[in-house]
Amino acid sequence: MTALGYAGGDLKIELGRRYRFAASHRLHSAQMSDAENARIYGKCNNACGHGHNYTVEISISGDVDPATGMIANLADLDSFVQREIIEPFDHRSLNEEVDAFRAEVPTTENLCIEIYRRMQAFPLAKLERVRVEETSNNSFEYAGDEAVSDSDGAL
Amino acid sequence: MVLLTRKIEFSASHRYNNPALSPEENQRIFGKCNNPHGHGHNYTLEVTVAGEPDPVTGMVVDLADLKKLLEQEVMKRMDHRHLNFEVPELAGQIPTCENVARVIWNLLEPKIPQGRLHRVRLYESPDLFADCFRNGAGRNGSAS
Repeated sequence: MTALGYAGGDLKIELGRRYRFAASHRLHSAQMSDAENARIYGKCNNACGHGHNYTVEISISGDVDPATGMIANLADLDSFVQREIIEPFDHRSLNEEVDAFRAEVPTTENLCIEIYRRMQAFPLAKLERVRVEETSNNSFEYAGDEAVSDSDGAL
Repeated sequence: MVLLTRKIEFSASHRYNNPALSPEENQRIFGKCNNPHGHGHNYTLEVTVAGEPDPVTGMVVDLADLKKLLEQEVMKRMDHRHLNFEVPELAGQIPTCENVARVIWNLLEPKIPQGRLHRVRLYESPDLFADCFRNGAGRNGSAS
């Protein structure tokens, strides 16, 4: 296909895709006493843990390939996320079964950063940000440390 | 700077097929989106306008004007249409979320009656969407 009539140039396109997984966690920091943990984390410090249905929103950007109309083939993005995020996290204990949370508290802030770290390896587009909804009322977003400034487009 | 967002929904059919590729390649790349008879979606469009509230009306943009513009440019053009065959602005393009969002941006941007177009977000389903905005438009609406 030729002559696609791209406005091109200074328009930026991002693609957002949402995924879901369910996992358990417990918020407990080895650097604090049990009493402090209980005070700070409240019921999230419950010794046996608890769980959430997480929703993960991945945003990528890049040139739209004129031959496919896509930034990256969705099937490739889906299979990458399935392998790197869903399979290792879904129906797991984040504390016990995800290496990153052996030392770190699996708050959804840290979960966002861990998912961002994994998604940076996606080879077919630029990772813009990761947004995680822990519940329908709490959501967290991470766009890398450099992107805390407002240079990355619209919210 | 205040951002105002108006949401509309439309339904349309489409098919992903690049005539420059073989049927096998189309099938491999686009999967079920290449089904020869096409398929459809309920699209949700969010249009965000940025500006300062008018000191007299308190509005960034008159919503009635914005609604009219969306009716004229988007609903009439795309609602209950086949995006491959009935939307000339998409001719020669695969009607992906990315491309449809950009076409909508180009239709709306010159005609926004007050303020300026900040972002077009087009949901093809609740789990898939494309954002279109000007490179360098700040996250909170300011130029950066």
